[in-house]
Amino acid sequence: MSTPSTDIAVIGWAHTPMVRHTDRSETQLLMEAITDAIGPLGLTRADIDFTCLGSCDYITGQAFSFVSNLDAIGAWPPKRDSHVEMDGAWALYEAWLRLQEGDIEIAVVTGSGRSSTGDPALIYPMEMDPYFLAPLGADPLTFAALQARAVIAAGMADERSMAEVAVRSRGTGDVETLVAEDYLRQPLRRHDVPPITDGAAAMVLATGERARQLVDRPAYITGFDHRTECHNPSFRALDDSPSTRIAAEAAGLGTAPVEVAELQTAFTHEELLLRSVLGLGDDVAVNPSGGALRHNPIMATGLCRVGHAAEHIFGGGNRALAHATSGPCLQQNLVCILEGQP
Amino acid sequence: MSTRPVAVVGVGQTHHKSRRLDVSFGGLVREAVFRALDDARMTMADIDAVVLGKAPDLFEGVMKPELYLSDALGAVGKPMFRVHTAGSVGGTTAIVAASHVQAGKHRTVLAVAFEKQSEGNAQFALGSGKGASLGAGGAFAPFIRAYIQRSGAPEHIGWKVAVKDRLNALKNPYAHLKIEDISIEKVKASPMMWEPTRFLESCPSSDGACAVVITDQAGADAAAADGRPPAWVLATSSRSEPPSFPGRDPVRPAAALQNAADVYTAAGITDPRRQIDTAELYVPFSWLEPIWLEAYGLAEVGEGWKLVDDGTTELGGSLPVNASGGVLSSNPIGASGLLRFAEAANQVRGAAGEHQVDGAKVAIGMAYGANNQYFSTWVVGSSLDPFG
Repeated sequence: MSTPSTDIAVIGWAHTPMVRHTDRSETQLLMEAITDAIGPLGLTRADIDFTCLGSCDYITGQAFSFVSNLDAIGAWPPKRDSHVEMDGAWALYEAWLRLQEGDIEIAVVTGSGRSSTGDPALIYPMEMDPYFLAPLGADPLTFAALQARAVIAAGMADERSMAEVAVRSRGTGDVETLVAEDYLRQPLRRHDVPPITDGAAAMVLATGERARQLVDRPAYITGFDHRTECHNPSFRALDDSPSTRIAAEAAGLGTAPVEVAELQTAFTHEELLLRSVLGLGDDVAVNPSGGALRHNPIMATGLCRVGHAAEHIFGGGNRALAHATSGPCLQQNLVCILEGQP
Repeated sequence: MSTRPVAVVGVGQTHHKSRRLDVSFGGLVREAVFRALDDARMTMADIDAVVLGKAPDLFEGVMKPELYLSDALGAVGKPMFRVHTAGSVGGTTAIVAASHVQAGKHRTVLAVAFEKQSEGNAQFALGSGKGASLGAGGAFAPFIRAYIQRSGAPEHIGWKVAVKDRLNALKNPYAHLKIEDISIEKVKASPMMWEPTRFLESCPSSDGACAVVITDQAGADAAAADGRPPAWVLATSSRSEPPSFPGRDPVRPAAALQNAADVYTAAGITDPRRQIDTAELYVPFSWLEPIWLEAYGLAEVGEGWKLVDDGTTELGGSLPVNASGGVLSSNPIGASGLLRFAEAANQVRGAAGEHQVDGAKVAIGMAYGANNQYFSTWVVGSSLDPFG
């Protein structure tokens, strides 16, 4: 029998310390994150029916980098297992689909990355169209600045409101001082851009009765969708995010209010754009965790958004939204709705 | 199956070659996609989600190419999902795509896999640019030597597999290698690469892509009513095991045995040798055929080589293996697994053309990756109850 999509819940998660650089391998990071995620639930690796890992060879700097991460899963006896070359939030999506098949009850998904080992300005141009865009060598900062200009021109943000996002997310600094600083890429200043972070996260999912046996208050995934857009940013309206809008609609965001929204907005203007696209009012707490502006463990950043949103439910909240993104100027977007009731 | 029935209603692949300099990455995948859509009598508008698989991005030097390929794959406004499970990835791509439909989330999903090996240097990428790499042939040779020692198989078994698959490739219009004068003598005389694997016992490096359209029961029934038989997905499984530790047996990997047990149990197969009509197994080096025949229960332990020796696995035999010519004849790495799954589907659809196995009702497609660690398999049938 298949399991209803809304009877699948996040029941726990954990992440490693988020640091500027660690000498520990991705496998070591995952070993810790998985142990910390399943331990408090009274589960062992033997209880895990399915695993799906999210990571990226180019971030790790090695082909087949995810293969050694099988050691962190403890895939012995052999596990039902998969890997996505995407953020762990998409690994979560695959596990959510897999659990609906109804033959298994518990899945663990992870996201992991050590961005500190490479130069983003060197690596990220390689994810662009290899014929027309990669040769330009435009780095993430450049693309983000282009989008920030569009968002400002559309009246959704200005440099001051962007600085306010930075201050609120990081819990430090004051707007007056920040807006007086020099530009990195106009209109972006240092506070508008994410830190480089090494880290990993692991999340535990369970179905139906098993979820309710393991925890008092599972965070049910009541809506889940992701969409992509045209790749070339110059062919897109950068002051909009239609893929986020479609995903949110498909995930049922509009059917009831959310109290918390965890958005994978690594640049300040992205938060202001997505607040507008998602129609989030001032009553919604956006990125209470500090978001990607505080810690940005690429390939885990999106999964961490789901984790923090789930924490809101664990703590008694009713409904929360988590968002993840990939690609230049928010090309691809994922929306996950978590609720206290299935 | 424990879930909603799903089926393959469209299959497409490119002509595989060493260098497809005539097409971009986008052009390569579209060639396969349009063949699959035509086969399914569909357009991109009928596709609800796209799942892309390929082997390491370092092979071509394009990071997360699904971002750039979103346009070429008609994925704009749709979910675009990227799988990477080493050499098994093509198979896993089909399995994840099937899961999208089995879950009821999407009705019709396109699974696409590709590799454009000519754009880069796989040997360099396997070593991550950090130095010399053993390469796949070097990595698997010790497993092959161990198999030969355990089974006592004579050395000509590898040569026979190499000849069989290349003869089959002559019947496959899309195959990369077309060696008209292939013979035991020719294989035996080819240079030794990684003892005991000779040059002609090894897969080529190919540019190529494969696409498969997977849909729900209503879509499959409609195709059947239109005279286009679907391939019903009777079971899927992906299993992985860690790289290396004392007690692991890479010649008879536990993950492969579990992978086989998963799909046979789900599909109701109790006697695989008798109930499976044909198999597309991932055989990049000739000796992997008897190794996988044994791991997948198609031969008794130590006896896989005998099915090669007596012609059982030839196209006219009672259990044809890699009727398409297999990985030994075409190897766009990331797509090689999906090609196995697609060829298995075509066999039970009766759509395999010149390399059709007469009366094939049940087939398996299998792919593996890394150091014999990642295993993906599906069982497809000409009906939902092919044993009834």
